[in-house]
Amino acid sequence: MCGATQGGPSLEGIDLSKEAVIQGVVTKGDEPVGNAYVRLLDKTGEFTAEVPTSATGQFRFFAGPGEWTLRTLAPRIDPVDRSVVAQVGSVAEVVVAV
Amino acid sequence: MSRENALVTAQWVEDHLDDGSIVLIEVDEDTTSYDKGHIKGAIKLDWKTDLQDPVRRDFVNKEQFEQLLGGRGVSDTDTVVLYGGNNNWFAAYAYWYFKLYGHDDVKLLDGGRKKWELDSRELVADVPSPEAKTYTAKDQDLSIRAFRDETVEAIGVKNLIDVRSPDEFAGRLLAPAHLPQEQAQRGGHIPTAGNVPWSKSANDDGTFRSDDELKQLYADAGLDTSKDTIAYCRIGERSSHTWFVLHEILELDNVKNYDGSWTEYGSLIGVPVALGDEPGEA
Repeated sequence: MCGATQGGPSLEGIDLSKEAVIQGVVTKGDEPVGNAYVRLLDKTGEFTAEVPTSATGQFRFFAGPGEWTLRTLAPRIDPVDRSVVAQVGSVAEVVVAV
Repeated sequence: MSRENALVTAQWVEDHLDDGSIVLIEVDEDTTSYDKGHIKGAIKLDWKTDLQDPVRRDFVNKEQFEQLLGGRGVSDTDTVVLYGGNNNWFAAYAYWYFKLYGHDDVKLLDGGRKKWELDSRELVADVPSPEAKTYTAKDQDLSIRAFRDETVEAIGVKNLIDVRSPDEFAGRLLAPAHLPQEQAQRGGHIPTAGNVPWSKSANDDGTFRSDDELKQLYADAGLDTSKDTIAYCRIGERSSHTWFVLHEILELDNVKNYDGSWTEYGSLIGVPVALGDEPGEA
């Protein structure tokens, strides 16, 4: 996890005290990947949600507290899994390198 | 309907890009994704501003639907191929919606936008401007749409399939995890409902699983194919996807989508609600 200023999209307008946010950016080398899909899997591996990355490679989920896995799909790469822990009131920032 | 009639592959779409009798329509949860690039010749429908009444919580009426599609250059005799992101979540909703208004020849691109992108197929920026056509819709086919009273009466009688994620089913989350959670209604599910998350019917690349895998999935959840079935989710989109699987791919009769879904049911006074991971008693 990196600092709050890097990675995910702006949090302006979101009441963080009620949300367990997981967000970040998908990168390949030094470039953001704008045509990736990030899937959020729960602690049993069950699919919970999926978002396409933005043009700048960013993604965000409003999860519940607990352990989650991010599975990233992008053209011509094998899926990349990253585990992450979410807590209400905090933002888990993840950089996924593919 | 059958898998062969209801689904087309990405390759089939690529082979038919210049076929004038086919209308490609992108319907996405993220309504800006079309603007970032789309399949050549595709038009866009916005699930919220185009397909929902701007005032009441309901669909656009028959006349509004006719004006919408005719104005976008679609006729009721065209072959409509729908695709979208997130395993065709909202494209499947549009498919069900087209069927609700009696459009005969409608298909889903298997895997949707994600499969197309993961295959590195071409997306373009050009927005087509087709000439208006005459679109004639039929009255709503209520054999595929369930309302709240029918859903309450189905408890312990019909198959109820809750297709939300396990955390939403149990009442731990009120919305999918990529959406803010600030709903006012109660969490939980309709008693006796089985939980088969809609996403289990799709592979990672968004294509539908095989018929055998799909049959096993619903058999394991206790779906009794001799009974009528009502599928629901939060706002009726994900359950359209499951309706598509049960009614169009597996060809079960008497499957309805309860589009009011949990945002309606979970706000009703006087109805039973079950919490936790088990279906609960009637």
